[in-house]
Amino acid sequence: MAMTLTEKILARHAGRTSVSPGELILAKVDLALGNDVTSPIAIQAFRSLGVPEVFDRERVALVPDHFAPNKDIRSAEQVKMMREFAREYGIVNYFEVGRMGIEHVLLPDEGLVVPGDLVIGADSHTCTYGALCAFSTGVGSTDLAAAMVSGEVWLKVPDTLRIVLSGMPGKWVEGKDVILHIIGEIGVDGALYQAMEYAGDGIAHLPMAWRFTVSNMAIEAGAKNGIFPFDAATKRYADARAKRRYEVVAADPGARYAGELSVDLAALEPVVAFPHLPGNTKPLSQVGNVPVDQVVVGSCTNGRIEDLRGAAEVLRGRKVHDGVRMIVFPATQEIYLQAMREGLMEVFVTAGAAFSTPTCGPCLGGHMGILAKGERAIATTNRNFVGRMGHPESEVYLANPVVAAASAVLGRIGGPDEL
Amino acid sequence: MNSELRGKAWKYGDDVDTDVIIPARYLNTSDPAELARHCMEDIDASFAAKVSNGDIIVAGKNFGCGSSREHAPIAIKASGASAVVARSFARIFYRNAFNMGLPIFEAPEAVDGIEAGDRLAVDMEKGILRNETKGREYRFTPIPPFMQELVAAGGLLNYIAIRKKGT
Repeated sequence: MAMTLTEKILARHAGRTSVSPGELILAKVDLALGNDVTSPIAIQAFRSLGVPEVFDRERVALVPDHFAPNKDIRSAEQVKMMREFAREYGIVNYFEVGRMGIEHVLLPDEGLVVPGDLVIGADSHTCTYGALCAFSTGVGSTDLAAAMVSGEVWLKVPDTLRIVLSGMPGKWVEGKDVILHIIGEIGVDGALYQAMEYAGDGIAHLPMAWRFTVSNMAIEAGAKNGIFPFDAATKRYADARAKRRYEVVAADPGARYAGELSVDLAALEPVVAFPHLPGNTKPLSQVGNVPVDQVVVGSCTNGRIEDLRGAAEVLRGRKVHDGVRMIVFPATQEIYLQAMREGLMEVFVTAGAAFSTPTCGPCLGGHMGILAKGERAIATTNRNFVGRMGHPESEVYLANPVVAAASAVLGRIGGPDEL
Repeated sequence: MNSELRGKAWKYGDDVDTDVIIPARYLNTSDPAELARHCMEDIDASFAAKVSNGDIIVAGKNFGCGSSREHAPIAIKASGASAVVARSFARIFYRNAFNMGLPIFEAPEAVDGIEAGDRLAVDMEKGILRNETKGREYRFTPIPPFMQELVAAGGLLNYIAIRKKGT
């Protein structure tokens, strides 16, 4: 039977020749992930079962990135629980502060996720690895505990929504705009329970960094995963990093899709999501006068070196507006080092921006840039829910890194062409 | 499992996200009682103090969207609420609720006919929701067989433990 990319990867991991949407399967996981917020519950659950060891010491990844470096005593206790668990059970992929990064940038960059994988993570943005032509999805802590015990996860095979990208994106349009546009079109539950599968000649114009951003926000459309086909760019990225052998998977001709959506990349302009939903989007030209107090560049969505380069290019020779605090978060130590080598750090600091150690930080209202009542931020992050970055009466607007950087200079939401 | 749930309705709109169910500023603990004190805080500051045992949260589409935090169903369960009825649920919340043992039901018609404070009774096995205040009765699809197995085993962890013993 002809299968979509998602169906094919799921079938392979369930030891089946084929699977169909709606079926419940028990599938083997190639990697199971937890962070400092979700792991403690999983660890307690794991310990309660009295199992002597995890299913595979090399296939569990624990990354303290949300409230780390520890923001307070309780966060320190949570990370300590993770660290002790990692030591006791010999977890190979525990990433300590100073060697860590934001999980969804770190793990693929470290070559721990490879094309064709099935990855689950107790973090909703685990869907990021779809960019690598892997099936990956977010689950809860109990699912993580179960996977640490058995190496398996139960999944309902999703319907697949095919998204055909065509044309070449114009200036200042990036991966973030592609996915914000799609979420704006179909809504925050427009792909509920579904797989989003990308296709079309437009994909060739999306560098890997942009694909990661697009896959990362599949969850913001309610989707289970967001997956790209394997091509030359995927191969280059994977071959330079992969720590395991991988098998290339492709969708079958004639596979059945639940729906199709076409996106003309050439017709897009930068997109901004207004409070308080990622689907509440407007093209940049229709934003109007929206002053901002804070600008955040970073997160698992847009904290890659390409994102920092884009923001730094906009800021070079310019200053952050008097009324604005700008904070930049490289997603990993490697990216931090690269930003230093390329002189990007100097550009940010000279412009009057803060440059932080990697952390999820303010993206989820954790630390390092929390908003006060009535304050407004534009951020390259992924969610703008009520209270997401701080006070319930603060506001978050979502945009790509060059728009965020331009807004930092302007003191209001705007693009680089206005500078 | 007690198959009949009774309580009054707490009514919310569409796209209730896990950041308002339990804000991230409280995620430096996983203690259910403490999480319960902040349950729904950013959408309804009165909920945690006024919710009574058995009460039922009723909401629109895509309830529980956003973060995968299991703290959300934990907070709801520990608050005393007995179930969530919604037009639809975000998928990770759906998984987490079953894995945790918080009953949730998709019942779009019932949601439309319920107002805050209505007295509700839910028969989980038969898939019947009665709005005793309005004198109306709605049917919904009972939980799928696999979920019933999970519930019967006492949650996902026990299910896994039983399977592991069998091999």
